Amino acid sequence: MGMTMSEKILARHAGMPAVRAGDILTCQVDVAACHDMFFTVAGQIDFEKVNKIADPDKCVVLLDHAVPAPTAKDAHGAVKARAFVKKHGIKNFYDVGNHGVIHQLLVEEGFAAPGRLIAAGDSHTCAAGAMNAAARGFGPAEMMYVWCKGETWYQVSPTILYRLHGKFASQAVTGKDLFLYIAGVYGDATNMNVEFGGEGVGNMTIPQRQSVATMCAEINAEFAIFPCDDVLRDFLKERGDQTIDAVDPDPDAVYHDVRDIDLGKLTPYVALPHYIPKNCCPVTDVEGTEIHQVLVGSCSNGRLEDIALVASIVKGKRVAKNVRFIVTPASQKVYLEALKAGYLETLVEAGAVVTNATCGACYGGHMGLLGPGERCLSTTTRNFKARMGDVDSEVLLCAPATAAASALTGKITDPREFLGG
Amino acid sequence: MKIKGRVWVFGDEINTDLIFPHSAFRVSPEEQIKLVFSDNRPGWSSLVEKGDILIAGKNFGTGSSRPGAVLLKRLGLACLVADSINGLFYRNSISYGFPALQCPGVSSMFEEGDTAEIDMLEGTVTNLRTGETRKGSGLSQSMADIIAAGGIEELLIKEGYMDK
Repeated sequence: MGMTMSEKILARHAGMPAVRAGDILTCQVDVAACHDMFFTVAGQIDFEKVNKIADPDKCVVLLDHAVPAPTAKDAHGAVKARAFVKKHGIKNFYDVGNHGVIHQLLVEEGFAAPGRLIAAGDSHTCAAGAMNAAARGFGPAEMMYVWCKGETWYQVSPTILYRLHGKFASQAVTGKDLFLYIAGVYGDATNMNVEFGGEGVGNMTIPQRQSVATMCAEINAEFAIFPCDDVLRDFLKERGDQTIDAVDPDPDAVYHDVRDIDLGKLTPYVALPHYIPKNCCPVTDVEGTEIHQVLVGSCSNGRLEDIALVASIVKGKRVAKNVRFIVTPASQKVYLEALKAGYLETLVEAGAVVTNATCGACYGGHMGLLGPGERCLSTTTRNFKARMGDVDSEVLLCAPATAAASALTGKITDPREFLGG
Repeated sequence: MKIKGRVWVFGDEINTDLIFPHSAFRVSPEEQIKLVFSDNRPGWSSLVEKGDILIAGKNFGTGSSRPGAVLLKRLGLACLVADSINGLFYRNSISYGFPALQCPGVSSMFEEGDTAEIDMLEGTVTNLRTGETRKGSGLSQSMADIIAAGGIEELLIKEGYMDK
């Protein structure tokens, strides 16, 4: 019997020839990353009492959720983070100025790479699966364990394979729409891995794959892994990777379920407020819904390609008077590239607010929270009650094109009217 | 590992932001526990008594890596049993020494205030009012050992990685 990509990566890191769903293994972890909330939030783990770390070069510390510090507590957390990396000799430290949302930064800086087993103190860590890695989130105590011991336990989960065919029919339809369709139609993947295959993968850009892999946290997936195809190989070569340790699924790998999706039949999709699995619909079902804020950003959709698409839609037009349009790049690098390409100028001319690169309002931290009775259409990751501000606010999730088109009209709008298809 | 106690019943998709809201990020641990479920059931945290049991529906703990399990433990809850539990939340439960059990259908077995009897290793859940019993997936011995040790921080102290 063959193995899935998830099983192969776990087997390799457990030093075993083969593993099967249900096995509990101890695996060596390649990269272990934590962000500022590890250091800022009290009562999670007494990290100041740690006296030895397994391998500082496998540790990454970065500030992304609350940068620059919006409160004195956040500033104190950053002080503790700086002291921690100094004490333990952690060189991979990304402070304010070199910052980016963790899942974007791990890709930009080369930590997320094919075949690796990646741990990070953030639920959207499965995002690195776009790089053909097995990555998952851990809580603060377990991240400390991985930092101290270099390993932790994994239970091998059954895998759902999504076989993708064809290509998106419109520029307006992107990876986020694919994810929202999957979540809406098939619901959760709790206690399962999700893997992608089929020739349609080759028609998806890397940022589109990152968007899908990130969002798999919202269907409770363990790992979410894309194959290493020519598109990814080209990306890695351009990034400067010297070696590529790709993992392919065996042809006779055993899956819990195999589901085929024709990318060409997908349309813009939206997640309705408060939860995602089985709570999504085509944008046409909610067209005309009044909104007060539109947000483009996050580890799901704050990349250069997303910002370029949004800028192309709003170029020469004006954001509707009843809407605040906020664009939050996913990293300093994305910000700079968007600036050089003129996208930020286009956005500001249209009436958008471009913020510093941060997790920002996505997690309810800062720069664009909602008041009572307000509704936000957002490309971010979560639509939970009170996630982005007041308990009586609502968040609907969508892809960047839908967000941009809706910012112009002031109500939820099918972006295909702006881009064709 | 056997637990008996009064149950509180919650529904499906109870996410981490309800358990450990953002408003609890910059306050002391003592203040954090008062904010559990403050957005979906204000006042509930003051009603919990030591040894109570949380029963919930599908995908309990969906969402963030923030350790909601440690807040439930500090609030005095003895354990969690849900139809299904998000994998990251489940790991956090073990890491912080808070027993958790997945048992499909359990949320339909109880009315709030019933008494449950649970065997965490066997994975059995019984409603002592109705006599109904279901079997879920019990804790593995290695996970039960982490919980019995008091969680990962205690293990790291014992192994010399952390000072007491």
